[in-house]
Amino acid sequence: MSILKDAIISALGADAQFRDDYQRPSSTAFCTVPKGKFAEAAKAMKKSYAFLAAEWAAEETPWFAIFACYRWREEYLIVKAVTTMDDPSFPSITKRYLPAYRFERQMHSLMGVVPAGHPDLRPWIKFEDWPQDAYPLRKSFNTSKPLPYEKGEYRWVRAEGEGVYEIPVGPVHAGIIEPGHFRFQAVGEMVVNLEERLGYVHKGIEKRFESMSWQDGVKLAARVSGDTTVAHSIAYSMAVESMTRCAVPERAHWLRALFLERERIANHLGDLGAICNDAAFAFMLYQLSYLREIMLRTNHKLFGHRFVMDRVIPGGVSVDISEHGKKEILSELENILKNFEKLIVIYDESSSLEDRVRDTGRLAPEQARQLCSVGIVARASGLNVDCRLFNPFPPYDRFEISVPVLISGDVHARAWVRVEEIRESIRIIRYILDNIPDGPVSTAIENPAPGLAGFSAVEGWRGEIIYWLQSGADGSINRCMVRDPSSVNWLGLEQAIPGNIVPDFPLCNKSFNQSYSGHDL
Amino acid sequence: MIRILRQIFRTGIVTEPLPPVVEEEIEVIGAKLEEIIKKRFRGSLTIRQVDAGSCNGCELEIHAINNSVYNCERFGIHFTASPRFADMLLVTGPVSRNMEIALKRTYDATPTPKLVVAVGDCGCNGGVFGESYASLGGIDKVIPVDVYIKGCPPTPAALLNGILKAIEARR
Repeated sequence: MSILKDAIISALGADAQFRDDYQRPSSTAFCTVPKGKFAEAAKAMKKSYAFLAAEWAAEETPWFAIFACYRWREEYLIVKAVTTMDDPSFPSITKRYLPAYRFERQMHSLMGVVPAGHPDLRPWIKFEDWPQDAYPLRKSFNTSKPLPYEKGEYRWVRAEGEGVYEIPVGPVHAGIIEPGHFRFQAVGEMVVNLEERLGYVHKGIEKRFESMSWQDGVKLAARVSGDTTVAHSIAYSMAVESMTRCAVPERAHWLRALFLERERIANHLGDLGAICNDAAFAFMLYQLSYLREIMLRTNHKLFGHRFVMDRVIPGGVSVDISEHGKKEILSELENILKNFEKLIVIYDESSSLEDRVRDTGRLAPEQARQLCSVGIVARASGLNVDCRLFNPFPPYDRFEISVPVLISGDVHARAWVRVEEIRESIRIIRYILDNIPDGPVSTAIENPAPGLAGFSAVEGWRGEIIYWLQSGADGSINRCMVRDPSSVNWLGLEQAIPGNIVPDFPLCNKSFNQSYSGHDL
Repeated sequence: MIRILRQIFRTGIVTEPLPPVVEEEIEVIGAKLEEIIKKRFRGSLTIRQVDAGSCNGCELEIHAINNSVYNCERFGIHFTASPRFADMLLVTGPVSRNMEIALKRTYDATPTPKLVVAVGDCGCNGGVFGESYASLGGIDKVIPVDVYIKGCPPTPAALLNGILKAIEARR
């Protein structure tokens, strides 16, 4: 019983050709449709309430293949259409799905495929000073030399009228953060429109994967977004493992979950502190970043790295935990939880803080749904989405977890989702340490066979991370699509800001805390 | 308010004169830093951090040297929002092609002595991203670098040590 598969079949009939020998794991449905029916498939998906998880293009010489991945609860379905290299156009699905707006601009910029009917084909990630015909994801592209500079102009969205003025911010921001550009149109203190301009940290990650071995790829995945290093490593590894049908040892799954939940707690602690600090409540920043530091030190002591970077590898993990290490984590968590609960009472009782965080930067549930938001942003706006719950990868299929969902969609909701998740993650870690099975922590893994595709979805601390890997005819990586939660959630920030005052922007931005590097790739 | 005060007093001063892992290192680095900063920078070394294309890992550790355990302000190290007030640029990399111009402009806006510290393996030589159409490699491909801090990401102690080396180097 598959809702999405049935919906496609009843809408497109024999035009949709399902294949089960290509896409792994077998739980991810895969079908090919004629190019002309690509938008129709999107319409059928929209009718079934599916979310658009990702849209991307790959070169399968002599064709360009266009993919769209839809998600509804525990189901994932990938729709593929091919287009010739002479006429690289395909029907745009932006009218059905808002997040396709950015995905398609990106595909147009980097692969040179043309989404017909797209309302706004300004370059995205590609800058106006790149040569017009530079399409880095194409196989014929020469990646060895830096792109030369050309003249060009980016057409900003304009707001006009009496008293409207513009504030450009970035790419080099005031704090210790990643670069990006924001352009506000404001009247008095109030923001009328915000336009994001990202792509400053584009390092050609997706292209670089294509020149790496399957084993080395995980090192690059670990550095897609440094704060989410564990989740990205797990997602990449799971995609490779799905292609080779590698049986990862049970203990390795549990250790991965341990690292993942520790990463979630550490980042949430840092974020909560930073949100309060942006509302001029520095006390919380110093207290919470101290708790965070305790966790990082335990990581370093037990696993050899403060962020547990490079400890997850295809086939398992490279470190184990001793009985002594378990005890150390348990006593560390007890200490953290005790202090954390005291701090949360203070957060809750500070009326001046409440005044700043309530009703600020509101992303309404219907907006979040339209934007197909994921992760903490979605859960603060009423969407019950979490891969750990609906698409449980081991060991999350072995025990129950509870996922907090709030509906107010403001800064407070996004902060409070983090508070609840910290509590839940501490509970999960305790469960993991009590029940982790014995055994080896890794297994040998062979290279995937040629002509296969692998897929994985992992709930990192920001939200759902998707990897889609494809092996070429020679057995090497032909395409590695990375979809960090930021790729969709940045749209949410743009929608949440208008109507707020300019000084509240840092606060709102911090409450979203999306990755620039994970988005720009 | 009473809760805030109680929590502050209960937490006490967590700033470590002697962190367990790198005990003497931090103390020695700290004392030297303080001495040179007093002498050469009138007690305050002002740093502008620039992310020229990093993965955000190095930024997290630079945040950490500001937390209450490492507390770099006690040595006179202060992070500023504007390069125009900065004595030093702390640059993380690799330099992405799209950040090249912004990095050069930031460097131009910085007054002398324009100390530049390249942070992280990627800042030193491009790291795992290497050199490609979109990544120019290490920071020294774009602006002159005084000191390199290796590590992926470098630990807070390594960062403080690197900053010390940079202000020692240009006597």
